[in-house]
Amino acid sequence: MNIIQILFWFLSVLAIFSALMVITSKNPIYSVLWLIATFFAISGHYIMLNAQFLAIVNIIVYAGAIMVLFLFVIMLMNLNKETEPQKSRWLKIAGALAGGCLLLVLVAALKNSVTKEQFATVNEGSIGLIKNLGKELFTTYVVPFEISSVLFLSAMVGAVVIGKKE
Amino acid sequence: MPIFSYIVLSIALFSIGIVGVLTRRNAIIIFMSIELMLNAVNLMLVAFSKMHQNAAILAGDVSGTAGMDGQLFVFFIMVVAAAEVSVGLAIIVMMYRNIHSVDVNFLNRLKH
Amino acid sequence: MNNVLQIVCLIPLLPLLGFLVNGLGRNYLSKTLIGWIGSGTILGSFILSVWVFMQVKEGNTHVAEYFNFIAVDKLVIPFALRIDQLTSLFLLIITGVGFLIHVYSVSYMHEEKPGHFGRYFSYLNLFVFSMLLLVMGDNFVIMFIGWEGVGLCSYLLIGYWFKKQEYNKAANKAFIMNRVGDLAFLIALFWIIAKIGSVSFADVFAAENLAKLTQTDITVITLLLFVGATGKSAQIPLYTWLPDAMAGPTPVSALIHAATMVTAGIYMIARSHVLYNMAPLTMNVVTYTGLATALLAATIALKQNDIKKVLAYSTVSQLGFMFLALGTGAYVAAVFHVMTHAFFKALLFLGSGSVIHAMGGEQDIRNMGGLRKKLGITFWTFVIGCVAIAGIPPFSGFFSKDAILLSAFEKSPLLYGVALFTALLTAFYMFRLLFITFTGKFRGTEEQAHHLHESPLTMTLPLIILAILSIVGGWVGVPELISEGGDKLSAFLAPAVASVPQEHPVSHSEEYFLMGLSTGLVLLAILAAWLMFRNYQRKEASGLGKLLENKWYVDELYEAMIVQPLHKLGGIFKSIVDPKLVDGLVNGVGRAVNYGSRQLRLLQSGQVGSYVLLMVLSIVLIFTIQFFLRK
Repeated sequence: MNIIQILFWFLSVLAIFSALMVITSKNPIYSVLWLIATFFAISGHYIMLNAQFLAIVNIIVYAGAIMVLFLFVIMLMNLNKETEPQKSRWLKIAGALAGGCLLLVLVAALKNSVTKEQFATVNEGSIGLIKNLGKELFTTYVVPFEISSVLFLSAMVGAVVIGKKE
Repeated sequence: MPIFSYIVLSIALFSIGIVGVLTRRNAIIIFMSIELMLNAVNLMLVAFSKMHQNAAILAGDVSGTAGMDGQLFVFFIMVVAAAEVSVGLAIIVMMYRNIHSVDVNFLNRLKH
Repeated sequence: MNNVLQIVCLIPLLPLLGFLVNGLGRNYLSKTLIGWIGSGTILGSFILSVWVFMQVKEGNTHVAEYFNFIAVDKLVIPFALRIDQLTSLFLLIITGVGFLIHVYSVSYMHEEKPGHFGRYFSYLNLFVFSMLLLVMGDNFVIMFIGWEGVGLCSYLLIGYWFKKQEYNKAANKAFIMNRVGDLAFLIALFWIIAKIGSVSFADVFAAENLAKLTQTDITVITLLLFVGATGKSAQIPLYTWLPDAMAGPTPVSALIHAATMVTAGIYMIARSHVLYNMAPLTMNVVTYTGLATALLAATIALKQNDIKKVLAYSTVSQLGFMFLALGTGAYVAAVFHVMTHAFFKALLFLGSGSVIHAMGGEQDIRNMGGLRKKLGITFWTFVIGCVAIAGIPPFSGFFSKDAILLSAFEKSPLLYGVALFTALLTAFYMFRLLFITFTGKFRGTEEQAHHLHESPLTMTLPLIILAILSIVGGWVGVPELISEGGDKLSAFLAPAVASVPQEHPVSHSEEYFLMGLSTGLVLLAILAAWLMFRNYQRKEASGLGKLLENKWYVDELYEAMIVQPLHKLGGIFKSIVDPKLVDGLVNGVGRAVNYGSRQLRLLQSGQVGSYVLLMVLSIVLIFTIQFFLRK
């Protein structure tokens, strides 16, 4: 068991455990914090997969900006363990079963796929570097990139209009 | 690592996100579960991107850009997710302002 | 003989053309023009028929095929016309008598409005077309088309004065009763197709095809065809429509309900004589049905007071005679009687039309009397018609009726006895009609007496021609006994249809005796009628007379046995089956859907969570099906 495998299992267990904690925590604040932990674990995976730029962006955008936004909203509404609405036990079991079924079905379906034997390992590949990604982004994907800026603008306008007190 | 490990990991995270959507009533937690599902998909895309790059290197293409599309997709998903979160949170705030709750069970207007 | 093909098809096409022109142009053409077109087309057909008759007389018979009417797999039904002896004889009767009646109609219907006048003539032409198709068709299907066509025209013409509700009812009655027979005809047709696979006469009557049929097949087919004939030719039990059919204009009664359409059944049986010869059971049924009808109708005619009703029952009775002849295998005698009957019955009907015309629409003979002085031509032609139908030599009715009586005698003396009795009744009621109408004192109103007048030439001319035909028409069938080679009709028809020779032919002396007996008795019957009715006084009927006056209550019997139960059944359907079963079913479906959607609506909780749950379960299901169940 080499260092890569140790890292993989560690990060995987961390991601799954913190994801489970996200959906099981009674207090929304804890959920947010566990979600940040999940994102860090996923970013670790990104680094292992030579996607350095995405790993950084994931931490900055998700763990930094988006999760802070979540925290702000939760604190703004003063949500805590006491105000947390709970579903009935049967609905929870039904939901868990449905999700478990989906997991089983998907894994069973992909178990025999042809790509199963392929590998994704740490290597000297450099496509994850910002230099290479940027070059591709501003040449081949320049139109979607520009459109995404329009999307941001409209999202900003939308958020302001919705959030505005009339 | 075998690609199947990443597949299973992604599916597990995705399923956990679904279970979160199904079992919680707090709109913000549901929203976070959706983010979790998005990240599961992102992880999958990056893993496949790496897989294709490996295959290209093994075939002799050292300096090629094979598999880069996957990472760019992830980038765009993040962009869209950021926009979506800003709007979604704005909606949740408005909902809280109107009904003083974030319980989705109150949002049953579809019935009428 | 290519031109024969073209000329032959003109015979039915001319009346069809007349029908189209008169029917479509009835509001634009003048009445004179309509009359000319209506009569002219029939005259054209008549001339062509005479030409065809000449051809056939020389021995030229044809089957003219035009196109495939129906072609399904092995079943091919060509649209083919057949010209042979039997057909050409019927062609002459139909177009000849038809032409005279058309001419007569021009005057008789002159008071109608132009639109209705055109309608009348278009129906009449359509009728002639259908009738020609019926007798010219080379297979049962073409015959059936004509068969249905004449039924339709009969319906249309009976209900010609459609504003009178009772006339419409009479038309419905005729049509529905004909339908009963037509259904039997149709089943026979299908039976023939199923067993033989062809409907053309040549194929059906071919020996090797007849060998395919079992005795049961033949009996059933012939019986079904006979049921069809009873509908069209007004025999027991489907005869009651014919007297009611007198609601139509009198020329229509003369053409359709006396001379031509009602003889379609006789034509059909004569045409299928090959089949009937093989079915002794059916032959017996035909014989006794014909005899019973003849007797029943004759007794009813004794007491009728409507001039046209008497003639109608007389027609039914004479048709019964024809079926009697058919049943005994004397096909030629039947066809002969069809011909002579067409002459004298058309004459009598047209004469009655002339009387009705003079009386201003009055049909009750109790209100007539003494018309002899004012309607000379009508009277004398009527006398000739009565003498002809009564069967006094040398008038035409004598020869044909004698042939029928002879065939009955050859079969069994008992048949002969009943038939002779019926013939006496015929003579008696016809002369009763004659004396009540034309002798004694006038019993109508002053206005009618003032109005009395002889009919115009266009009406009397057909009467005179028909009277001459009624006298000489029988001379083509003089028995061999009287003159050697006198029976030209048998000789002419021999290639197409021949009578079955009887097992016990009568001797010459017997035949003379029978002729003398029937003639003497008929003269006695006429004398009795003269004594009883020459000075007719109105009086109430009682006892048997009342029974006869009410037609043995057959209509009432049918009403009680068939119509009322059907009405009751309809009532049951209306009050129970329809509201409970049909409505229940329809409303039940609605209610079930309503209830189901009410339950399904609970799924639409509006809870996003439940929707998502369902969505996930559906995804699981789809994946399961996609990856594991669909191999």
